[in-house]
Amino acid sequence: MSNLNEENYEEERGGFVFDNVTRNMFMETKGYQAPIAMKTGTTIAGVIFKGGVVLGADTRATNGPIVADKNCSKIHFIAPNVYCCGAGTAADTENSTALISSKLALHRYSTGRQTRVVTAMTLLKRMLFKYQGHVSAALVLGGVDLDGSHLYTIYPHGSTDKLPFVTMGSGSLAAMAIFEERFKDDMSEEEAKSLVHAGISAGIFNDLGSGSNVDLCVIRKDSVEYLRGYDQPNERNYRTSYVIPRGTTATLSSTEEVLSKQLIINELDDRMEVAP
Amino acid sequence: MSILEYNGGAVVAMLGKNCVAVASDLRYGIKNTTVGCQMRKAYPIHQKCLLGMAGLATDVQTFLEKMKFRVNMYKLREDRDIKPSSFGNMVSSALYENRFGPMFLEPVIAGLEGDDNTPFISSTDLIGAQCFTDNFVVVGTASEALYGMCESLWKPEMEPEDLFEVISQCLMASVDRDCNSGWGGIVYILTPDKLITKELKGRQD
Repeated sequence: MSNLNEENYEEERGGFVFDNVTRNMFMETKGYQAPIAMKTGTTIAGVIFKGGVVLGADTRATNGPIVADKNCSKIHFIAPNVYCCGAGTAADTENSTALISSKLALHRYSTGRQTRVVTAMTLLKRMLFKYQGHVSAALVLGGVDLDGSHLYTIYPHGSTDKLPFVTMGSGSLAAMAIFEERFKDDMSEEEAKSLVHAGISAGIFNDLGSGSNVDLCVIRKDSVEYLRGYDQPNERNYRTSYVIPRGTTATLSSTEEVLSKQLIINELDDRMEVAP
Repeated sequence: MSILEYNGGAVVAMLGKNCVAVASDLRYGIKNTTVGCQMRKAYPIHQKCLLGMAGLATDVQTFLEKMKFRVNMYKLREDRDIKPSSFGNMVSSALYENRFGPMFLEPVIAGLEGDDNTPFISSTDLIGAQCFTDNFVVVGTASEALYGMCESLWKPEMEPEDLFEVISQCLMASVDRDCNSGWGGIVYILTPDKLITKELKGRQD
């Protein structure tokens, strides 16, 4: 934001800004510890089945011991045939997947070919390695391309694994316990979905950092099914409806500003066509 | 002590039926010393969008000016007001720019968007991780108490008058359990045709 002024507004290049680093380090020496960012203490997982890949995630985001979001979405879009689950610092997983997703979109415009999963994996690992683990995103990347189904884990420091079944996040041990017990090669789609569901559920119920619902994403050769809220085992069912009569709250003043009627200009749908 | 608690303050935003509300306390302090009691922590961005911020006051003021600048540039280029959800993305990316030297503030965004005035609220953490909900968002030093109050009092589809009572009672009860915020409150209720501002009578201790 430092180079943002009237003269060069149009030329903004993006990238990180380090303006506050010295000040923040100084404040830390004075005893003001830096606040913690929102984490997704998470269970994320993926399994390869006969016709594709199933990705799964829980939906809890935490801020220390506080549940900051009870139903957040941790399966991110990368390309029409590639999706990615994110664990770690919420802002980092969100932004690194969005960045690589847009780079891949531009790559598709220039080549006119479907994105390969390995390309997405390479871009992500190069970016994470460049930041030496300071961008703390732990990812499960899955997709189907012309070479078949692929499933990767990507660690915050930039190392990767390619495996038929993977788990990540603080609930990874709970989920992996289920996968090690029940995984088979060449499962059917239904078997794979129920396995991932069981793995994520193990994380939700046994890991404190994970909770709420199970999201699934099934990627097949020619189709994708994003199942947001596939299972909701933790619905709230104890609501008492308090009624506060109008006029209860004492006020000192009340002003009303009538909004001007304005002409609403609709946004044009001028999205570019995306190569498959 | 966390730097987010240096000045104190609490902000909450809630969703109602075709309306949204943002409420904040009025205290401005330096650690345990109260310096002022007229500090509103929610700012109108345009007719149908409000930005609330809690955290380090110096960063809140700097960030507000920077967001005003970006919104003005957007308006000049697009010749229309920014949608609250787009404004949320603008705030989020501005905060993530400072990923490795963050601004110590947490924003909430509330507004009505589109032809049919769909209510929208969201919040982010200090490095721009967005959180969208269809009920309420809270930030600031009283956030834990606010979570509890909002979980009990909020219900779906409230009319503006009822939304005012609920958000006010949530705020007043929560700041009474927080030393670093309080000294009265301010509530903004945004409906499709008017913005209502009410000052709350609160404890002065």
